[in-house]
Amino acid sequence: MKKEVYSDLMKEITEGKFVFTGELEPVKTTSLHEVLEGAKILKGHVVAANITDNPTAFAYMNALIPAYMIQKEAGLEAIYQMTTRDRNRIALTSDLLAAGTLGIKNVLALTGDHTTVGDNPQAKPVFDLDSASLVYLIRKMVDEGVDLNQNKIENPPKFHVGIAANPNADPLEPEILKIERKVKLGAEFVQTQCVYDMERAKRFMKAMSYLNIPVLIGVAPFKSIAMMKWMVKFVPGIYVPDEIQQRLLEAKEKRGKEAIFEENIEIFGELVREIKSTTKAAGVHMMAVGFEWVVPKILDRSRES
Amino acid sequence: MIVVKRKPIEEILKMIGPAENVLIVGCDGCAAIYQEGGQKQVDLMKLVLQMAKKLKQNRDINIKTASILRQCDRQICATSLRPLVNKNDVILSMGCGAGTQTLAQVFENNTIIPALDTMFIGAQDRELGKFYELCSACGDCILYETGGICPITRCAKQLLNGPCGGQSKGKCEVGGWKNDCAWVLIYNRLKDKGRLDQFTKFREQRDFRISQSPREIGETEEKTEETP
Repeated sequence: MKKEVYSDLMKEITEGKFVFTGELEPVKTTSLHEVLEGAKILKGHVVAANITDNPTAFAYMNALIPAYMIQKEAGLEAIYQMTTRDRNRIALTSDLLAAGTLGIKNVLALTGDHTTVGDNPQAKPVFDLDSASLVYLIRKMVDEGVDLNQNKIENPPKFHVGIAANPNADPLEPEILKIERKVKLGAEFVQTQCVYDMERAKRFMKAMSYLNIPVLIGVAPFKSIAMMKWMVKFVPGIYVPDEIQQRLLEAKEKRGKEAIFEENIEIFGELVREIKSTTKAAGVHMMAVGFEWVVPKILDRSRES
Repeated sequence: MIVVKRKPIEEILKMIGPAENVLIVGCDGCAAIYQEGGQKQVDLMKLVLQMAKKLKQNRDINIKTASILRQCDRQICATSLRPLVNKNDVILSMGCGAGTQTLAQVFENNTIIPALDTMFIGAQDRELGKFYELCSACGDCILYETGGICPITRCAKQLLNGPCGGQSKGKCEVGGWKNDCAWVLIYNRLKDKGRLDQFTKFREQRDFRISQSPREIGETEEKTEETP
């Protein structure tokens, strides 16, 4: 049976196109200006953009509003990220209904970083559901028109549900089995944590291959040397090969600050090209929050031989 | 067992306030076994309070002491302490929260002060002198499925379907990478036992009515839908 397709993202994946998605981050503000500007830059270069949900447990603007607005104002399809950290099953169901009303077509189901790593570390963590039971909830809403307690929904929403994965996970096997669990529940696509090393990307894709789920590998260029150092030091499991670090450091030393961006375009253009040509990835998820303009340049570079 | 920890003396003194007659009550159950609330600690508390009162306020304080078999047993509290408790006594409990509340029920006319903070249900590593939280009393035990390791207690997110992305090399980012990731422990244990099917299976969301406080076990009046 052919599955119904609701979104541009799923349509392109189903057609076998190599897809690109972007990422936008609403922050602690009431202004949508930056998110909409970012969306306008990404439009035409990516099929859809993730809207982050209080990333690393920082209390930011509710993701649903910008998810709706980038579709309405910038014509860019949203992948609405939802974590289970801040809302119980009642609030999640409620927000999913609202998302359906607003025409959201893709949801990325996440557990969410723990409250203690955020900007209000004293907060009560919710975690009523986890990413797996959130996938289960979304599938029930979409496929059966009911919530987790079998209560009927009038006009059930139509979403595609994605999940996150970490190719850097060490040990990797429980990570793969966790994805298997969610694939069996009906997750439809995977977007990964950023990868800087092709060996890891390949190892992950090989381990994942039996699951037959489209994977978008995460690529995150570095806005600055400081950001690179922070990622290497603080993000669990991130491995940035020495060669990449050296190239960026040398670019800055020899050619100045602006050269970092030129070098980024080179490095990540190559990485995207390699992912496309040497793995079975369905696409690449580009994370360049705050310097979205670099995404089209990296994608252009990846198409040059 | 219940793991407890003594409050700072300053905090205890503040709660005692101007009271002149204090009865310190220890508990020979968990609190004594973990050397925080038995007769020895009760005697030490008496000395410390008397000294502190003298040094800080230049006042004397009348202190009686007792340690009973279990503070969490109403009958034991009543029979062993009734002869000792006077109307004006402030009772300083060196038992857990359940013991302190039991004393408060039995001696409802007296002021009851907790000397300890009740931390968790856990176990002791004598060599390292450490206590570990192991059980959350969730009322719905799944230890058979998880290789004897409780994710409700030992996973910071209480995940039923872990691990999450916050682990690296089996350590959890919550608490500064010192705690083991419960789900990596579970994975290793189930793998060793050839039971990875238990790991990969999906565990549905919890029914939180099971752990809806206040809970009670035993014969009780029938529930009613009507508002009294």
